This record gives sequence, structure tokens and C-alpha cells, in this order.
Amino acid sequence: MNKIKLIIQREYLTRVRKKSFLLTTFLVPLFFIAMYVGVIFLTKKSFDESHTVVYIVDETNDVINKLNSSKNVTYLKENQDIQQQIKSINSAKDNTSILHIPRDFYDSESVEFLSVDKPNISTEAEIRDSLNRIIKDKKYESYGITKDMRRAIKSNVVIKSKEIKDGTATESNTEVAMAISLALSILVYISLFLYGSQVMRGIIEEKNSRIIEVIISSVKPFQLMMGKIIGIGLVGLTQFALWIIVSITLAGIASSTIVSKEDLANQLMQNKSQQIGMADTPIDQTSSSFDGETFVEIIGLLQTLNLTEIVVCFFVFFLGGYLIYSALFAAVGSAVDSETEASQFTLPITMPLLLTYALSFGVLINNPHGSVAMWLSFIPFTSPIAMLVRIPFGVPTWQIIISAILLILGFILTTWFAARIYRVGILMYGKKASYKELIKWFKYKS
Amino acid sequence: MLILKNIVKQYANHRALDDVSIDIPEGKIFGLLGPNGAGKTSLIRIINQITAPDSGEIYFDNELLSPKHIEQIGYLPEERGLYKKMKVGEQMIYLAQLKGLSKSEAKKRLQYWFEKLDISTWWDKKIEDLSKGMQQKVQFIATILHEPKLIILDEPFSGFDPVNAQIIQDEILELNKNGSTIIYSTHRMETVEELCDNIALINKSKKVLDGSVKEIKKQYQNQSYFIEFTPTGKLVSHENPLYDLLELTAQQDHVEIKIKINSPYQLNDVLNYLIPQVMINQVKEIIPTIHDIFIEKVTQTQEIIHEQN
Repeated sequence: MNKIKLIIQREYLTRVRKKSFLLTTFLVPLFFIAMYVGVIFLTKKSFDESHTVVYIVDETNDVINKLNSSKNVTYLKENQDIQQQIKSINSAKDNTSILHIPRDFYDSESVEFLSVDKPNISTEAEIRDSLNRIIKDKKYESYGITKDMRRAIKSNVVIKSKEIKDGTATESNTEVAMAISLALSILVYISLFLYGSQVMRGIIEEKNSRIIEVIISSVKPFQLMMGKIIGIGLVGLTQFALWIIVSITLAGIASSTIVSKEDLANQLMQNKSQQIGMADTPIDQTSSSFDGETFVEIIGLLQTLNLTEIVVCFFVFFLGGYLIYSALFAAVGSAVDSETEASQFTLPITMPLLLTYALSFGVLINNPHGSVAMWLSFIPFTSPIAMLVRIPFGVPTWQIIISAILLILGFILTTWFAARIYRVGILMYGKKASYKELIKWFKYKS
Repeated sequence: MLILKNIVKQYANHRALDDVSIDIPEGKIFGLLGPNGAGKTSLIRIINQITAPDSGEIYFDNELLSPKHIEQIGYLPEERGLYKKMKVGEQMIYLAQLKGLSKSEAKKRLQYWFEKLDISTWWDKKIEDLSKGMQQKVQFIATILHEPKLIILDEPFSGFDPVNAQIIQDEILELNKNGSTIIYSTHRMETVEELCDNIALINKSKKVLDGSVKEIKKQYQNQSYFIEFTPTGKLVSHENPLYDLLELTAQQDHVEIKIKINSPYQLNDVLNYLIPQVMINQVKEIIPTIHDIFIEKVTQTQEIIHEQN
């Protein structure tokens, strides 16, 4: 036992001390935060740029009184002739345009819009809306419909989706659950591959450098294999834990410095505490909206999801999946002499993972409680992804427990199988391993 | 100290070890000889408990070999290897800890050895920055640091320049003098006679010869002699019942012959026959080297196998 601890320690420390580990620990959350900040910044910037001054040459002398300047568009009355106005605007600065309203505007329903550059679509849209409103008002008036009547006609249906759970209805939002599901699916898929192949690479390195013989004259091959798997697994957990901590810190800093300058500062301040809790999973940074209202709305919806459950399940299923797949990767690593040779074995063993990953964008997410999703979330080779995709939609606890137990059984079986190949494989040099060969190794007496 | 009884190791379609029994006496240097693929590595792996024999027993100090003996064995494999990216000192401590040493004890002993072999400046270097010979030196220390009772060295001199090979050889002899039993596996025969007290020769998965070097050589002495003489004009007939002529070289002023004396005749009889006819300059018994015995034994077994086929 003491020796396994030594091996775990070495595997863990050599990796954690690497510069690349530190780099990914800080760069990945920074990347997400930078994206988040970048989006806000760009939106703000494009808003600034889209502000336009519109000179109006109104031949009706009526429309101009009904146009109100807004955040994006400032209307200025111009009494000059249209031709003169065009001449004078040539020398003017950017973001100035001329709106020419012809005498027969109410009948033709058309205007001329002249800009120095290509006209901005949002400005155009705003002007179009304003003009439509003016025409509509005029027509309502001609039909004798008063403003009060119109207000009475207007309707606005609101759908409040609620989920029935334990007899009580709670608010739910499918879109947010979907986003989190997909994020979990991607995260688990990538990290299983990342850390699984690290195990494989470590074993190939030991085999190639021939240190393997020295080590296994001191410890049992099984101890070495498990030590490596656990050590690298701990590296993965450390990485996730650090990501969460760094994300929370950076999100805190980012939201207090940048977001608070926005007009929605007040709203955000109220929701500050919720917002910090929200940074628990990296996806929140990308899914969060820059529109103040939806932002607050999403925070509210996130609270309806059980974040603790998601985080705990993520660690359980990531760990289980990691243990299963890294054992298989270990068996492959022991059987080959180089990484290029390994691909013929890694493809078939990661097939279930790849399949579930692909399905998570279709069947699993669209019907998380269907039979396909159910079965996939019980099979140990697919449950790490399938179960995590289902969890944001709410999964009965008994299903989670059974799936976790099956995952542990799967892990024990896979490790037993992998260890039998591993102990023979690590001592085989220069021998091209075929599947027939692997079966033979598996049958060797220890 | 180590007794192997009827070891059999069978791989899928070839038998690596076929009923091999060897007795390695305490405090000796034991040469394990054999051509490539004879089964030496399989045997060493079994002693190291890396693999288990299909049948047969191994006794370490009169006890059945078990995992607790691992800490009393030091093994230098033929294919050397260390973690390339790890620092020398750190790696040495790790390997020593795996053999059951405490961290502080490992550090203390490492300092002693690093000073002794004059490599103290390497402590913080990465293995990949060392030359191959330097790596070998480091690995040699890793093998013996836990002061094992049994040291197994598989081709310990390969990759060393003559100066360093001598340093390592002296260290091996000193370890042996201090009580360690050493198994020395090689096919470099010249060092065998210099170092080994006992040997075992393995060929084609079978033990073909074992015993002390002295006795084996005696066993293979076969009344062969080298004689140098100056002719005195008389014609010497080498066709006689006393001996068979193996080789004759005529030099400018003298003749060299190699003969094998037929029993029951002795050297004296041959000299009595030659002295009246020639002037004897030099007489020397031809003692077979382990190298000769090795070649003879290996080719012999090959012939037997050919005949059987």
C-alpha cells in the first residue's frame, strides 16, 4: 500500500509541477472570462458606433413632428433643399445621414435614406419602425379607432413552464438545462480523452525508456498501473477544482469592474450573490447574456436547477468514467511500442464514448427521459456522458445510484481485465500486438 | 543462498526454461552464461519475481522466495532505463523508496555514493541531459543503494568506456567482499574468468554446465600442449602412438606444434621422445578458456539437436 502511495505521489507531482499544468489551469478560465468580457465589450462598442444623426428634409412638414429621437438615432430638422443638403453632408463626419420624406409619403409609403457609408441595418430598422407607426396611427385615426380602444385590443400571452416534481410544480427552463447538458457532455468527453491518453502515454514512456523492468522488480505491475491511474486522476480533479476556484475569482473581478459600468449595474448588484454562485460551471460564462433582463432571468433559472447535484454528479461520473477508460488506455499502452501504433486499439475502445457524445447532441438532449437515454445512462461505458446529459433535466435519485453502482462494477471488471493484459504487455518489446496476441496474454497464468 | 529447483517456464509456443536447477552459493560471484535467447532473461525475471515459473521452486536463504525478499535483491537489467524528464537525485530517492528505504536514509546513502563516484554535480540534472555512460553509472547506484544481499547484474559493462568499466568492476568486487552475492549475466567471456567463482551455462532453455570455474577448467583440460623447438637437422616423425598432432607452424628458425597426448602417455614420455631429435625452447599446457568451453558446449548442443532432427 505504501508503495502505491509513492507511485501516486510521483505521478501526481511530476505532472502538477509542469509548466503546462499551471498554464492550462489559469488560461482556460481566463479564456472563458475573456470571451465573456469580450462579448460585452464588443456589444457596447457596436452600440456606440451605431448611433446616427439623421437630418430630415421633410416635404410634408408633418412627419417630422412625430419622430422622436432615441438612443440610437438623433433626428435633426433641416430646412435646406435636398440637393444642398447632400452637398453639405459630403464634408460631414461619419454616422450622419439624410432622410428625405417626399410630399406623397402617406400614399407611397416610401422615403429616401442617404448615408455617407453603407447604411446601418439597425438604424434603418428603427427608422422603418417609427415611420410604420406614424402611418398606422394616421390610418387608425382615419378609421375612428382611438388610442384607448387600441390599448384594450392589445393582448400578450405568457407561457410559464412548470415541472411537476413530488406533487409540487417548480419553474423550469428547457433551454438552460440543454445548454448545461451539452456543456457537461463536451467537458466529460474531452477530459476522459485527455487524461486517459495521459495514462497511455505514461505507460508507453515507461516501456520505451525501459525503466519498467526496474520498477516492477520493486512493485507489482498492478500496483504500478493503479498508482499511475489514480495519480493522473488526481491531477484531473485538481485541475477541475482549480478551474472552479479561478473562474469564481475571475468572474467576481470581471463582473465588479466591467459589468457594473453598464446601465444594468443596479440590477446586477442586487444579484451579485447569485451571480457568484452561478460561476460554478464554466458554461455559465458563455451562456450568460449581456442583455440585462435575460441575464437576471437566467440567474433565476439556474437557481431552479440543483447546482450542487450537478457538480457532485459531475465529479462522480467523471471519476467513474475516467477509471474505466484509463484502465483500457493502460492496457493499450502496455501492448504497443509507440503512440502511432496505439491508434488501432484506441479507436474501438473509445467507440462507446464517441457514440454517446454524438448522440448527446440529438436523441439524448431532445428526449432525456426516453428509453435510449435511460439505457445509455445505465451502461458503464456510456453512462459518464449519458447520465450527465440527463441530470440537468432532473433524474430520479434511484436511477443515479444504480448507474453509479454499475459504473463502479464496470470499473472493477475493466481494471481486472486491463491488468491481465498490462502485466504481460509491459515486458514485450518489439512484438507487434494483435488481438489474438492480446487474448493469449490475457490467458497467461500469473 | 539462492537455490533454484526444476524451473520450467512455458510461453505460448516455446519453452523458455526447461527443468533448470541452479545452486548459487552465498558470498560468491556467480556467472550466468549463455547465448542470446537461451533463457537467461527469463530466469532473471523469475528470480526478481517479475514473472512466476510454471513449475519448480526457488529458495532464498532456505525460505521459499516471496515478495518480502524483493527488498533484498538489486537488479540491473540489460536494457537500462530511467525517467528521462526526472532529476537525478529525485529519481534515485524515488527508486530507493520503492525498495523500502526511508527518504532520509536514501538521501544519506546517495550522498555517499555520489561522492565516491565523483558525480555530486549531477544531482539536479535531468536524466536526458546525461550521456549514456553517465546514465549507466546512475543506474548502477540505484541498483545497489538499498544494500541488497543479492545483486543481479545483466551485462553491467555494456556502454561503459574502459576507465569507467574498471571503476564499476572494482565496485562490484568490493560489494562482493562486503558480503553481497552477485549474479553476473553476460556473454563477455574474458571478464567471467576474472570475476566469477562459479558459473552456469544455459543454452536452448536448458542448463548445460555448472560448477566452479576452477573445476570446470580442470575438467576440460585434455592433455593438450604447446611446444616450441629448434630443429637440429634430424627429421622428426609426428606419426607416433604418443600423441596426435593438432597444428604445426614452421617459423624461420623454429617450429611450433600443438599436440594432444594419448593416454596412458604423459608429457615426460613425449619429451623423452623429442629431446634426442630437437632442441626444446618452450613447453606450455594449453588450458581451455571459459570462452572455448562456452563455444564448444554451445555448438555441441546444436549438433545434438541437429542429429535429433
